[in-house]
Amino acid sequence: MTVNEVVRILNATVLVEGDMETEIKTACGSDMMSDVLAFVKDQALLLTGLCNPQVIRTAEMMDMRCVVFVRGKDIDESIKNLARTRDIIVLKTGYRMFTACGLLFAGGLRGECEEK
Amino acid sequence: MSTLTLRYEVPGDDFTRAGEASSDVKRKLKQLGYNPEAIRKVAIAMYEGEINMVIHAGGGEATVDIDPKQVKIVLTDHGPGIPDVGKAMQEGWSTAPDNVRNLGFGAGMGLPNIKKYTDELRIDTKVGEGTSLFMTVYA
Repeated sequence: MTVNEVVRILNATVLVEGDMETEIKTACGSDMMSDVLAFVKDQALLLTGLCNPQVIRTAEMMDMRCVVFVRGKDIDESIKNLARTRDIIVLKTGYRMFTACGLLFAGGLRGECEEK
Repeated sequence: MSTLTLRYEVPGDDFTRAGEASSDVKRKLKQLGYNPEAIRKVAIAMYEGEINMVIHAGGGEATVDIDPKQVKIVLTDHGPGIPDVGKAMQEGWSTAPDNVRNLGFGAGMGLPNIKKYTDELRIDTKVGEGTSLFMTVYA
């Protein structure tokens, strides 16, 4: 699905724009950036409730294209500015993590998680 | 391309700046047209190392040597050292305090992840003096 479709499904607010027709095939959801760095591979979208600049840095290192902040949290301008310089799209949704992941999964997005 | 050497100070008092050096190295490797998989491995391993230096050691220094065959990264801190490297290499073992976990790190995946994403890794550490990580990623 495209980022525009993610926005529609999650009724999300676009905080940092980019190419909204970017195709997203896989996603992951986590509040632990340690786990994202350790277990995620080739996922283009990160859903998280953690709100600090290291979320954007983690997405950057993992070549992710889009970050979705869940639970409707306010996002600091420094986070948005960092995302702009790294060409990472930032969205915000009022849904909680479980629901946001579920809605995207039902919409066809997958995690490609390997069972450990 | 001859060897390109980059040096960085990693500030220990500002968590929000952790990762700036890794980000810069990643950009430079892209500009050099380096193999994307190697860039990814360098970025993740160095970023984990930077985070560790900020969390555990009050910052440090990073030196990165880039040549066509490999990227060598040396991260040096003057922190407390690692008393038991064997334990620190186990997934899930961490001495990070709760405030670090609240920032999304300290799950005990740092050093194991560095090992996973590097082709060579050596850890020199002395309790009370500091730690140096020597990482190599092949192109």
